[in-house]
Amino acid sequence: MTALIGEAAADVGADAGPPASRTGPPRSPGRRARRARYTLTVLAFLLPSAVPLLLFVLGPMVAAAWISLTEWNLLAPAEWVGLENYANLLTDPETADVFLHTLYYIVGYLPLVYVGGLAIALALNTALRGRTVLRGVYFLPVITSWIVVALVWRWLLNPSNGVVNSVLAWFGIDGPGWWTDPAWAMPSIILASAWKDLGFVMVILLAGLQAIDPELLDAARVDGAGWWRRLFSVTLPLLSPATFFVIVISLINGFQVFDQVYAMTGGGPGGATQVVVQQIYDLTFRYGRAGEASALSWLLFVVILAVTVLQIRGQRKWVNYG
Amino acid sequence: MAETTIAPTTARAGGIRRRTDAARTALARSVLLHIVMVLGALAMFFPFYWTVVTSLSPGSGLSSTPSLIPADPSIEAYQRLFADLPFARVVGNSLLLATVTTLAQLFTSATAAYAFSRLPFRGRTVVFGIYLATMMIPLQVLVVPLFAELRAWGLVDTYLGALLPTLAAAFGVFLLRQAMNQVPFELDEAAAIDGAGHFRTFWTVILPNIRPALATLAVFAFMGSWNSFLWPLVVLRSPELQTLPVALAGLQGQYTTQWDIVMAGSVVSILPMLAIYLFAQKYVIQGVANTGLK
Repeated sequence: MTALIGEAAADVGADAGPPASRTGPPRSPGRRARRARYTLTVLAFLLPSAVPLLLFVLGPMVAAAWISLTEWNLLAPAEWVGLENYANLLTDPETADVFLHTLYYIVGYLPLVYVGGLAIALALNTALRGRTVLRGVYFLPVITSWIVVALVWRWLLNPSNGVVNSVLAWFGIDGPGWWTDPAWAMPSIILASAWKDLGFVMVILLAGLQAIDPELLDAARVDGAGWWRRLFSVTLPLLSPATFFVIVISLINGFQVFDQVYAMTGGGPGGATQVVVQQIYDLTFRYGRAGEASALSWLLFVVILAVTVLQIRGQRKWVNYG
Repeated sequence: MAETTIAPTTARAGGIRRRTDAARTALARSVLLHIVMVLGALAMFFPFYWTVVTSLSPGSGLSSTPSLIPADPSIEAYQRLFADLPFARVVGNSLLLATVTTLAQLFTSATAAYAFSRLPFRGRTVVFGIYLATMMIPLQVLVVPLFAELRAWGLVDTYLGALLPTLAAAFGVFLLRQAMNQVPFELDEAAAIDGAGHFRTFWTVILPNIRPALATLAVFAFMGSWNSFLWPLVVLRSPELQTLPVALAGLQGQYTTQWDIVMAGSVVSILPMLAIYLFAQKYVIQGVANTGLK
């Protein structure tokens, strides 16, 4: 389809003729042909992206709302049930569970990547030899797929002969069962996820650090502020826009956590890591309850939207755009 | 992470230290920081190293942990991977989908960005706002209706079905529009005086001036497709149509305890991205850094 539109664009381009005004659409009366041509030009530039976004994002978005009001197993015709799916979800204790598991993930993951990423960014922002190489290595996991990350960490954290427990055994420590143990499964996922995203957070914070005027830090130093004092009173306030961005993005991604859960635990053991999106997937493709799954996905979207809006509202209190 | 505690602290202003002492502590701190950072980097790198070592140590499984340096490295796991499974096909699928997605997104993003940067029309701000809003819609919300839509079109379990939803992405439009806004409008005007229409200006003036942004988008689009999981998992059902991440996730179920094979598959999946990363590191890191700076 885009190919067709691309050809149409080329055709219009071929007879574009005399240059139209560059400051805006031609406005003079009696130049209808020119205006029509301008409209065609705009459409030719816009449609290649507008058509797919309409068909594969906005359309399905609306369809999801409709599906969420039906009972549907993906095969038989959908049956209208009104708000029943939402009512069921809101009263089902399982819903609270999957949101709590997701929250557990976020609460474990976010401080880990933020503090870790900040520490690395601060170190890389000093006169360090081999900075570029070090930055490249810390960033490396970011380009790896979640599935590979999950598989590699499943192996590293293998309870019987994974390298982590082998090393722990040298020190006489009997390592836990990691992803096979309900108590340790979520920490395992958090650890793997933090490893992957540390470099992403580091690069964003490093860019923020590099934008800080060194004179401000020098002034604080002259005033006798120690390293910690300068960190908390100068660096962190000036870094707050980057911090804000990291938190917003991490929360959005955190609520949508799925790939690594699917490949590491599949929601187990015993449902200990059943997060919201895993539940959406299972409801749809394992239990054939697509209506409920759509309702849950809308619920998730609303939660994400609310959390994001709250953060944008609240940013005035602590984010300093200098 | 212990790095923070080691970062340089300055001598107290009132301290009566001799210069050489101060220089010596500064040096000691610097050396310590270097050591910690290198150790940290080694720790971050270790999972990759271990993946490669495991893939070269046949029989890494239920009872044996490979040794740190494989005594007798063998590519047996790779041979089995390609012999037992349609793995070459899977790699080819991933390459095909990632390449087409990248080219399509470059095209759809660049054209839309040109409209939003250079072609004023009524309602442009609103339309751009809608584009941006699509970035906030999680894929999870779309999966069920998308699946139904493409099944109705008979495109489940086809390349086209996997590709269609990835052809356009608002992120790319946003990225390229930012870049185009940096290109001086005088260049367009000069081209217009030379008789160039919008299509020629777009092609010969604007695009050559936003090459770095195009490179960034190309890397991100390729990476996004190469690593994407949920949609290919849902839409591609036959083993010979699967992409790498989906096949890898399946591999794990099939060879539960044969970690050498699973790790060999992981290495195959990492290598192309690694090559692109080494080649275009600047664009990748710059792209991430810029997203944070707005």
